[in-house]
Amino acid sequence: MTTSTRGAAKTPAVLVLEDGRIFRGRAYGAVGETFGEAVFSTGMTGYQETLTDPSYHRQVVVMTAPHVGNTGVNDEDPESKRIWVSGYVVRDPARVPSNWRSRRSLDEELAAQGVVGISGIDTRALTRHLRERGAMRVGIFSGDAVQDDGALLARVQEAPQMKGADLSAEVATTEPYVVPAIGEKKFTVAAVDLGIKGMTPHRMAERGIEVHVLPATATVDDVYAVNPDGVFFSNGPGDPATADHPVSVMQGVLERGTPLFGICFGNQILGRALGFGTYKLKYGHRGINQPVQDRTTGKVEVTAHNHGFAVDAPLDKVSETPFGRAEVSHVCLNDNVVEGLRLLDRPAFSVQYHPEAAAGPHDAAYLFDRFVKLMEGQRA
Amino acid sequence: MPKRTDIQSVLVIGSGPIVIGQAAEFDYSGTQACRVLKSEGLRVILVNSNPATIMTDPEIADATYVEPITPEFVEKIIAKERPDALLPTLGGQTALNTAISLHENGVLDKHGVELIGANVEAIHKGEDRDQFKEVVEEVRKKIGHGESARSYICHSMDDVLKGVEELGGYPVVVRPSFTMGGAGSGFAHDEEELRRIAGTGLTLSPTTEVLLEESILGWKEYELELMRDKHDNVVVVCSIENFDPMGVHTGDSITVAPAMTLTDREYQILRDIGIAVIREVGVDTGGCNIQFAVNPEDGRVIVIEMNPRVSRSSALASKATGFPIAKIAAKLAVGYTLDEIPNDITQETPASFEPTLDYVVVKAPRFAFEKFPSADSTLTTTMKSVGEAMAIGRNFTEAFQKALRSLEKKGSQFTFVGETGDKDELLREAVRPTDGRINTVMQAIRAGATPEEVFEYTKIDPWFVDQLFLIKEIADELAEAPELTADLLAEAKRHGFSDTQIGEIRGLREDVVREVRHALGIRPVYKTVDTCAAEFAARTPYFYSSYDEETEVAPREKAAVIILGSGPNRIGQGIEFDYSCVHASFALSDAGYETVMVNCNPETVSTDYDTSDRLYFEPLTLEDVLEIVHAEQQAGPVAGVVVQLGGQTPLGLSQALKDNGVPIVGTSPEAIHAAEDRGAFGRVLKEAGLPAPKHGTATTFAEAKAIADEIGYPVLVRPSYVLGGRGMEIVYDETRLEAYIAESTEISPSRPVLVDRFLDDAIEIDVDALYDGEELYLGGVMEHIEEAGIHSGDSACALPPITLGGFDIKRLRASTEGIAKGVGVRGLINIQFALAGDILYVLEANPRASRTVPFTSKATAVPLAKAAARISLGATIAELRAEGLLPANGDGGELPLDAPISVKEAVMPWSRFRDIHGRGVDTVLGPEMRSTGEVMGIDSVFGTAYAKSQAGAYGPLPTKGRAFISVANRDKRSMIFPARELVAHGFELMATSGTAEVLKRNGINATVVRKQSEGTGPNGEKTIVQLIHDGEVDLIVNTPYGTGGRLDGYDIRTAAVARSVPCLTTVQALAAAVQGIDALNRGDVSVRSLQEHAEHLTAARD
Repeated sequence: MTTSTRGAAKTPAVLVLEDGRIFRGRAYGAVGETFGEAVFSTGMTGYQETLTDPSYHRQVVVMTAPHVGNTGVNDEDPESKRIWVSGYVVRDPARVPSNWRSRRSLDEELAAQGVVGISGIDTRALTRHLRERGAMRVGIFSGDAVQDDGALLARVQEAPQMKGADLSAEVATTEPYVVPAIGEKKFTVAAVDLGIKGMTPHRMAERGIEVHVLPATATVDDVYAVNPDGVFFSNGPGDPATADHPVSVMQGVLERGTPLFGICFGNQILGRALGFGTYKLKYGHRGINQPVQDRTTGKVEVTAHNHGFAVDAPLDKVSETPFGRAEVSHVCLNDNVVEGLRLLDRPAFSVQYHPEAAAGPHDAAYLFDRFVKLMEGQRA
Repeated sequence: MPKRTDIQSVLVIGSGPIVIGQAAEFDYSGTQACRVLKSEGLRVILVNSNPATIMTDPEIADATYVEPITPEFVEKIIAKERPDALLPTLGGQTALNTAISLHENGVLDKHGVELIGANVEAIHKGEDRDQFKEVVEEVRKKIGHGESARSYICHSMDDVLKGVEELGGYPVVVRPSFTMGGAGSGFAHDEEELRRIAGTGLTLSPTTEVLLEESILGWKEYELELMRDKHDNVVVVCSIENFDPMGVHTGDSITVAPAMTLTDREYQILRDIGIAVIREVGVDTGGCNIQFAVNPEDGRVIVIEMNPRVSRSSALASKATGFPIAKIAAKLAVGYTLDEIPNDITQETPASFEPTLDYVVVKAPRFAFEKFPSADSTLTTTMKSVGEAMAIGRNFTEAFQKALRSLEKKGSQFTFVGETGDKDELLREAVRPTDGRINTVMQAIRAGATPEEVFEYTKIDPWFVDQLFLIKEIADELAEAPELTADLLAEAKRHGFSDTQIGEIRGLREDVVREVRHALGIRPVYKTVDTCAAEFAARTPYFYSSYDEETEVAPREKAAVIILGSGPNRIGQGIEFDYSCVHASFALSDAGYETVMVNCNPETVSTDYDTSDRLYFEPLTLEDVLEIVHAEQQAGPVAGVVVQLGGQTPLGLSQALKDNGVPIVGTSPEAIHAAEDRGAFGRVLKEAGLPAPKHGTATTFAEAKAIADEIGYPVLVRPSYVLGGRGMEIVYDETRLEAYIAESTEISPSRPVLVDRFLDDAIEIDVDALYDGEELYLGGVMEHIEEAGIHSGDSACALPPITLGGFDIKRLRASTEGIAKGVGVRGLINIQFALAGDILYVLEANPRASRTVPFTSKATAVPLAKAAARISLGATIAELRAEGLLPANGDGGELPLDAPISVKEAVMPWSRFRDIHGRGVDTVLGPEMRSTGEVMGIDSVFGTAYAKSQAGAYGPLPTKGRAFISVANRDKRSMIFPARELVAHGFELMATSGTAEVLKRNGINATVVRKQSEGTGPNGEKTIVQLIHDGEVDLIVNTPYGTGGRLDGYDIRTAAVARSVPCLTTVQALAAAVQGIDALNRGDVSVRSLQEHAEHLTAARD
């Protein structure tokens, strides 16, 4: 006789990469099949925020931290209304959540939202594989979905690529909504939702900003319809090379000289609006420990990242653009990837990383203050 | 902005002897720092009284002063060396306190020395409880998070009693200010406890200050390690969660990295507070450690304390993450910023990031309560553990079970067989935190306790409790499975079960389990600690095992030598063995081998990834070592495994390793047996014609009595197969012998008691020697200052021997050679002799590096452990002489007449322990080793060297004042001359009536003082114990009267410990002290670096 409840979690599952490498483990969350781009995230905390970050749409996230689910799921920490990852890979899921805010277990939550996952695999081997070979397509199969390996591989290779994917519209709000300022309202900001995280408007609201969140399809007229003091372009999933519509909207904003701030996808949109290219990183930056240097102050901030693409802009000089001079304001010290852009002649800047920091350190919160300063400057 | 150009020389202060709360981790940190500073082109001047450290190796610093770390001696060094800067943050509380004294008494200003790494204001803000509360309050105002426990500062007992009322009653926490490792703190549940703890605390605190605090017992406890540079860049290197909730000192807790039960929101709050605190305190070129308590009910965060320096936790965090905090702290101190310093492990990314872990690290403390049977074993806020083991796994259960077996202590691994006992009783027992509580909890779970019950009784976080249930469920599956399938075995290994545990559950031998496992292809893989969860390629092969899929051990060409370390520090096996292992690694690397280190002690230099070519952070059990050997044999040629340098731990594995086909280099397992087995060793002695004290073995009292009757009392009795003199006792009569046999639980026909004639009044001598099969190199001869019968580890000794002549040395050399040859040593051997009358008895021989190797090496300027490692791999002494590793001619037995005298003194942990009534434990030395560390005093004459050793160990000898003398009858004759000398030096003598009478008859005046048992006199005359407590005694000489009936002596000695009054417990020590006092009063005490001593010695040798 055993009191073990461990039997329940023993449904076999298999993870198949498009290059043919296979990992076998156990089902986690929903049983079934799923496809996406395999990426790894190195954050040791914040799985709830990661799962609900719309930028992870169509990605299968591999957690490098072995224990996931320890603090369960609460109702305060999600970054959007649902889980966006297309699949979830963990080594040792918690059996029992422990936290005073926890409402239910992560396993239950994943299953309830139909997110197919796999547990018990060598996540470090998988991470090293992705590091060496680059992010690639992946499928997870469990229960009835498990077939012979060749058939599974063929299905993975049929799945769509991330490069060239235009996904903002799939995750963004369809209707505009307003996040009211906390305390006295000082400014109005139009935020173009390309996959916005809940914490971003909250960080603005904390600073007295009333945020009008607009759908990804919003036009320049829609933006100015709210009489904004500033315009914001959010993070979001997909390949920035496909984001022609937001790029043209941003160009409209730049022409008018309205204070502008972009995060993540928003940074890539600014890059494109200024005429720079974007490219896909081999395996991206996903984690909450990335050293970014603010080149204006020389200070280093530890920051939250989630990006698979980056802007291709020269680090060593000021560039001439249709909107005046522009410079790379922030770089990642690990690999010198462009992490921020700044216009010298117009009130516009953006960063590739996540100053709203959910999950992640709060070191870069000053950027919201900079945005406020730009808007104050414009008024004065 | 690169390094400062205005600093050319830096004085680094080490942490001195190993004591509880301040151990080998500071050698690790200090060594890193010295190397960094040296490589930056700075002249590094080091002071550390601890010879057993790598940092005091002459090549680590430019000028190495093995001198007492007191303001007086450090001032002499400053005056001589005139350093530009002083770096005080790497030598623990000792260095910090010394630096503060030198600042306050104006020495630093006078000599123009700048404090770097932390400024005085920051040190005070961080360490002073009052000021730190203000810091936390400021932080709360700025960021809205963090608070201090409500508290009350007291400077007197009246304050203390008032404080309890202010806080709303008991229990309260008492914390003395400015003490090390939380010394003197504790929980008071009622007024009696309060008076005791606070009374001691007020005495211990250099500022006579204690803090009373609201109780946060049972809250979750966390630590963050932070670093900040002069540009205000801050990184959090590591988060640590304590498995044991608040109430147990973090040094005594099982701790886990990274934090396991925090959401990101809560973690970021701690991080924000931590950053705000380091800014507010003003640590701007270095690191700090901040401790937090979190209420599990609502997340309320209390900031407990911060250490504005490198600490035990920072060493742990460095090993846990691969981020070398001390190294980087040293770079920050000389002006670099974090982004200018590369991450060693990736080499491509900078140090201005936060390590992320894809594994779990568990640290478990190792205690030594068996050495202090009268001490209360309850864990409190005063640290009591003497060492720790760390383990890494890919999940908590794997790391946790590895950590428990790394402790290498009977019963430390979970057991799943046998009766469990009563559930309720076990749960009640688990309320009290003790060494091994975790095993009690597991027993309670086996006995049917629910997770809720375990939490209710222990407050261990439910997630951790569930992990214990997970382990137990797997044990159940193992027990119930019809056969050991590959899946089940793999699952058990994945959760850290050892072959031994599985064998126990299945009723199989360990090696059978291993065979089955290997047949099924289940072996561990080795993963890399890389600071970045594999985001970047790692260049540093720092490995841990896991039952996972893919190994990261790379193939290699060069032949590897695997060096087995010594595991967690414990009394009897400490940093000295790590020293030898590190030396072997350096020497073998120089000789062209690929060096592979295996160890599980996070405090050490050996587990620095910089030390060896490859590091395996693994338990030192047969299973774990065999798997590493296998992995390395897969990677390339393995020349052999070195077992003789890490103490008894690897030595104990040698035969089994050999039986499994592992090549052991150096002294063979058979030779080890010849030295360790009584019978075999007896034959070696007989063949060499050497006498040993009469002895016999017994399994009953009758047998023991017969032996004792034959050889005569006193006899030395001990269980066989013990380390560090465990359970050893000198028995003076039959009554005690009977009691001893009755009390010894471990006696059985296969484990008899050894009964030896005890050589009263003999001179004990330690010899360290090298033997290559042909030639003997006598490393050094140490003459003990205390008589035979006191464990060599606890005895002070002098090198060269101060009273032995050429004839004695000749005999010692011949005997040593006879034994080394007879045993078959290839490498180091340590032999203990006793010179009684004119007979040189052999007490024991250890065919391995001994505790004294670093001392001998430093005293004679010859690297014995390096030579031993080379000899193990086939070099001869003649070759090493030719190479220059050993002197071209002569050896440690024939030092020039003007060679410096080195004195080693042991440091005892008395002040750490209290019995259950809160009284101190007795301080008398005996055959069981109880010291935690040692210091070295070196000078041209014995008296000064001895005085320095005392100053380094316990504080300076008094040069005037009042000396109290009370000795046993047998010591009364030998006391007279030293007593007269004390009077000649102006001491006023006090004595108990018996001793005073003897002194008087010899023409020495002594004031008679009342014994404790006599109580206060009719006119309020104080007893000696009261006088000591009132600070009216400057020196105490008190030798114990045999066994039993020693209450007076006990009270005197514990009072001496409480007041830090030098207390000599042997007449030999008194004689040495008198010579020391004489030297001090002549005022010719100077300081000299090891490099200067070596130069002098080398010149004299040529």
